[in-house]
Amino acid sequence: MIAFWIIAAVLIVSALWTVTARKPIYSVVSLLLNFAALATTYLILHAEFLAVMQIIVYSGAILMLFVFVIALLNSGIAAVVLGRDRVPVAPAAAAALAAVAFVATAIAAAHAPAIAPIATHSQLGAVGRGNVFGSIGDFGQALFLSRLLPFEITALILMVAVVGVVLLAGDLAPYVPTRRRAEQSRRALREAILREGK
Amino acid sequence: MLIVLVKSAVLLLVVITTFAYAMLFERKIMGWMQLRPGPNRVGPWGLLQPAADAAKLILKEDLTPKTADPLIYRLAPFISLLTAFAVYAIVPFGANGDGSPWAIGDVNAGILFLMAISSIGVYGISLGGWASGSKFPLLGAVRGTAQMISYELSMSLSFVGVLMLAGTTSLTGIVNAQERVWFFIPQALGFIIYVITAVAETNRTPFDLVEAETELVGGFHTEYSGLRFGSFFIAEYVNMLTVSCIASLLFLGGWNAPFGLTMLPGIVWFVLKVGAFMFFYMWLRATLPRFRYDRLMTFGWKVLLPIATLNLVATAAWVALH
Repeated sequence: MIAFWIIAAVLIVSALWTVTARKPIYSVVSLLLNFAALATTYLILHAEFLAVMQIIVYSGAILMLFVFVIALLNSGIAAVVLGRDRVPVAPAAAAALAAVAFVATAIAAAHAPAIAPIATHSQLGAVGRGNVFGSIGDFGQALFLSRLLPFEITALILMVAVVGVVLLAGDLAPYVPTRRRAEQSRRALREAILREGK
Repeated sequence: MLIVLVKSAVLLLVVITTFAYAMLFERKIMGWMQLRPGPNRVGPWGLLQPAADAAKLILKEDLTPKTADPLIYRLAPFISLLTAFAVYAIVPFGANGDGSPWAIGDVNAGILFLMAISSIGVYGISLGGWASGSKFPLLGAVRGTAQMISYELSMSLSFVGVLMLAGTTSLTGIVNAQERVWFFIPQALGFIIYVITAVAETNRTPFDLVEAETELVGGFHTEYSGLRFGSFFIAEYVNMLTVSCIASLLFLGGWNAPFGLTMLPGIVWFVLKVGAFMFFYMWLRATLPRFRYDRLMTFGWKVLLPIATLNLVATAAWVALH
């Protein structure tokens, strides 16, 4: 119980630090701390597999990409300087929509019949074995048999988000390295060097 | 509680001593392979060289560049060192007669825990290189991060084949499942993939682009000196020991004796296997030149990953049919 309160405090403080830190790299470090504390919470709840997955997927893969982007975009140490605060129209509308969706979901969840637990006689024990709380077997059953549709819908939503990001940020006509283009850039470089020489 | 503390202290001492002498033997072995004596001044046969190196690293001035981010710069070596040692909390080295393992903690999700800890280890390199506030470390860190993420994927896939054959994620369970056949025989492809990715994960030659001296000065640790540099150095060798232990546990039967030669205790076989793997590492370093960066990436994504996936699908089919 004491462990829970300590970890809860770490979780909240690190979450606050993540959003208030001036330098983006500090946000990453505090988020790393946050994920570690969250994994510890899962461990206290005897969900070993979930805890390990939390570390591998979020800390090991996703957050690592954040570090990568920060290192590449902001190789200086300075904090990111933002313009003055504005409330752009699109995010505001999206936030309103999200709020409505959240309230609707909450109301629907309150009126929905209770969902029966997947394993009827869950117990604590080895992670590898089936019918054990939080085991790999139970995760597999839930993801690929009894809760397949929600799982696939989540995957589809993520996919849509990825396509959206590529559309928003990507180049519509991708750069294809050809012999002609390579020759062009080589010529441009040679001319630039010659100009500098004079 | 007290027993765990004593166990941890003893194990830490063993790992650090192993690190010190692994370093000495590497220099000796590379010396022989290159027809020179290697370190032989401090103590008989150079045996006290690690102590001299340690004294030098501790006494050296600890410099912090002006452009560095002070907090992250100091934090990074700790992350490397901590994650390198943390895995030994669950690595089993042998088993008692009743099957209980010689380990500090026997975790059910053992192999997954190992993967989780080693995935945190990358932060030491990427944060350290970034926080130095200097060009070469940044390049080294970016390279290292990309390399480790790419090869971690194939490495995990090579683990999954073993997990499916053993039917458990516990390291002790995996070793027990190899009592009759060691997994490097049915998982030959997986073993080869693991050996390659393990070299890449620990940033050793021929995959040491993170600290490529000829192009990046010293790579991600260029700006570090003294004991902070020492931490990165220790972490690298301890990681090397870790991947050797994993190879021995997952593919080479752990403490199971080969050909029924059970007159030697299991721990001796385990140490022999780990030692052979470590030697293989040093041999590679003395033999192979460094990869070119684009070839490294092409090899990881276009060769290793498809083969690892194929191996996984084949193993899954085989397990499902039996």
